[in-house]
Amino acid sequence: MKNLDCLNVLIVGVGGQGTLLASKFLGAAAALCGKDVKVSEVHGMSQRGGSVITCVKIGDKIASPIIDEGEADVILAFEQLEAIRWLSYLKKGGTVITNVQKINPMPVVSGAAKYPDNIIEVLEKSEIELVALDALGLAAESGSTKAVNVVLLGVLASKLTEVPENIWEESLKSVIPAKMYGINEKAFQQGLRCYSANSLM
Amino acid sequence: MKKLLLGNEAVARGAWEAGVNVVSSYPGTPSTEITENMAKYDEVFCEWAPNEKVATEVAIGAAVAGARAMCCMKHVGLNVAADPLFTVAYTGVNGGLVIVVADDPGMHSSQNEQDSRYYALSAHVPMLEPSDAQECKDFTKKAFEISEKYDTPVILRLTTRIAHARSLAELSERIPQEKKPYKKDTMKYVMMPGMAKKRHVFVDARTASLREFSEDLNSGINTVEYNSKKLGIITSGISYQYTKEVFPEASVLKIGMVYPLPDKLIREFAENVEELLVIEELEPFIENHILQMGINVEGKKYFPNQGELNTTIIRKAYKGEKLDCAVAAENVEAPARPPVLCPGCPHRGVFYVLSNMKVRVSGDIGCYTLGAMKPYEAVDTCVCMGASVSMAHGMDKADAQFGEKMPTVAVIGDSTFMHSGITGLIDIVYNKGTSTVIILDNSITGMTGHQQNPTTGHTIKMEEAPAVNLVKLAEAVGVKRVRVEDPFDMKKFRAAVKEELEANEPSVIIAQRPCALLKNVKYGAPVKIDTEKCRKCGACMKLGCPAIYCEDGVYKIDESICLGCKLCEQMCAFGAIGKEE
Repeated sequence: MKNLDCLNVLIVGVGGQGTLLASKFLGAAAALCGKDVKVSEVHGMSQRGGSVITCVKIGDKIASPIIDEGEADVILAFEQLEAIRWLSYLKKGGTVITNVQKINPMPVVSGAAKYPDNIIEVLEKSEIELVALDALGLAAESGSTKAVNVVLLGVLASKLTEVPENIWEESLKSVIPAKMYGINEKAFQQGLRCYSANSLM
Repeated sequence: MKKLLLGNEAVARGAWEAGVNVVSSYPGTPSTEITENMAKYDEVFCEWAPNEKVATEVAIGAAVAGARAMCCMKHVGLNVAADPLFTVAYTGVNGGLVIVVADDPGMHSSQNEQDSRYYALSAHVPMLEPSDAQECKDFTKKAFEISEKYDTPVILRLTTRIAHARSLAELSERIPQEKKPYKKDTMKYVMMPGMAKKRHVFVDARTASLREFSEDLNSGINTVEYNSKKLGIITSGISYQYTKEVFPEASVLKIGMVYPLPDKLIREFAENVEELLVIEELEPFIENHILQMGINVEGKKYFPNQGELNTTIIRKAYKGEKLDCAVAAENVEAPARPPVLCPGCPHRGVFYVLSNMKVRVSGDIGCYTLGAMKPYEAVDTCVCMGASVSMAHGMDKADAQFGEKMPTVAVIGDSTFMHSGITGLIDIVYNKGTSTVIILDNSITGMTGHQQNPTTGHTIKMEEAPAVNLVKLAEAVGVKRVRVEDPFDMKKFRAAVKEELEANEPSVIIAQRPCALLKNVKYGAPVKIDTEKCRKCGACMKLGCPAIYCEDGVYKIDESICLGCKLCEQMCAFGAIGKEE
């Protein structure tokens, strides 16, 4: 279980996957809980299919908006290669929640590099808490493959039991257009339930 | 009630609360969202100008007329606006004038990491630097007050981590401002030598008064926090936040006004602490000032002047410590993930053709700078906005001086051409150049996230507007060979480039196709590779489309990201690529 007194969440993914929205969603929920919160984003060049990270820091008083090496309690990875790329940003013994989806970077597409085939295996063997799931599949089941971000936030929410469900609801409404709310609410619930299923295994 | 605001959003909110009337800007990461958010306020006239010089002059005009005005730009934009900046420093203002500049240490999306604080120093214009969203809002309001009280433009300096970080800020209501009466005053606003000499005297006196003001802790701009007096740190902006994390026990003099610096506060602080340290990103701006005052201080001895600072760098450099971090059980080589042209990008056809023709490409600033990357490696140069056109002319003239001719084209986006490409084109025509300029007209300012520009037919508030006709514009400056081509008809496009390169006069090719991310662009279903027809030649891969990949020797198209633009169909000699019947 994680708590909001001091929670650093590093959200990593590929430009275009919706990491920005995820960070806004989490940040808004923390603010609704009366916590101090800072969110750092990167815009511009890196959004063009590059590796992107956003930082969400929650606590009683936050100074820097940036999560640096060894400072993240949780890495929320939208793509498995990005999970391993940013692993050194995780505290020793921290939690990685990763989508198992693979998106080939250009050097792999062009054949100049190889996509590592043992990422999940290595993460499993590492001294971290790991939740690996097919967030893309769950998002598709909810009605849109674009809802990967909200599925993953659902998984994180299942670990933040002190945040009441109505806060998540209110915060999701504040970042999602009304006509997309239904699909995203479903996606969030998929993520929320997925972790309990995982922990039973 | 407190709201989670992006730094840029908070600057817009602060300006709105301060009763700003006119805002003119040119987009540029990391400053763009200030003006985008500004446009949401109905009370404010807001516009995208063709470039930062124009934006600044519009704001100056509005301020002279008696309104509160603001212009926003990225660091390199201030170079473009430097001409009006140095002289409006002399004229001063009537209504308040705030110039927002966003630096990009670490170059997340920039071509250099210049330190804009030196502009404040050399133009003698006060500069404020906030350290979170609340201060972005508060300092913007204070900037307007300072501007009017001291008859000066005020620069608000942000960096990427301030502009693009969200933190909580208290909102207030807008206080509408009365228009200041306009009075003709040639001694103040007409900067001919006789008047300017007198105004220079005023500027120096004003700087002295502003320095006095900066000493006053009650203004809430510069602040002192005494803790342990063993170590005192002078810092500002985002570096203040890093300082609080790494040195929670230290005393801190936080500089909110980086020019003019508060000499008395600095001296007093220095006397009160045993060891004095400056933590600042980029150049030793504060450190050098303190050294000049004859005070012993250290800073750049520990911290780099290249790239951003962060807590890891600061902790390691000064304390020699590193936080424990998670380690992978086995070393996994993670291939880099550089930014790429999007699937369906209209620039892809252009760069495939140019790369294939092996011509020299004078490049420019925009998404299409990615044409320098693999697999195209087509772009030879990228210096600044508009440079593609004038540099191509310079290259052609240099070759001619030596009796050579290397086929050269300039590539420049529609917005960048409006910004400062047109002047280069005039130069080519006027000085009898023969260069070929390709305008990549994708109907939007793409790189910064889809802003309207003078060629798109819409204003920032999405009102309809007259659109500049690029063909007529090129013709009007004297280019006789102007043609519009579709970059997705690669055969025809190639022939067009070849023809224009052979012509012994200036030429313009307008490569017209809208950005694939625009909502009205619909290509239809994704295409597929018929594995039976595919001969595995790999030609389709040369397009560098992120949707095409090869897995276990089989070429495939990722349907989840393919937009169905069908450019790859043209690459396949065996008819293996197409939509399903």
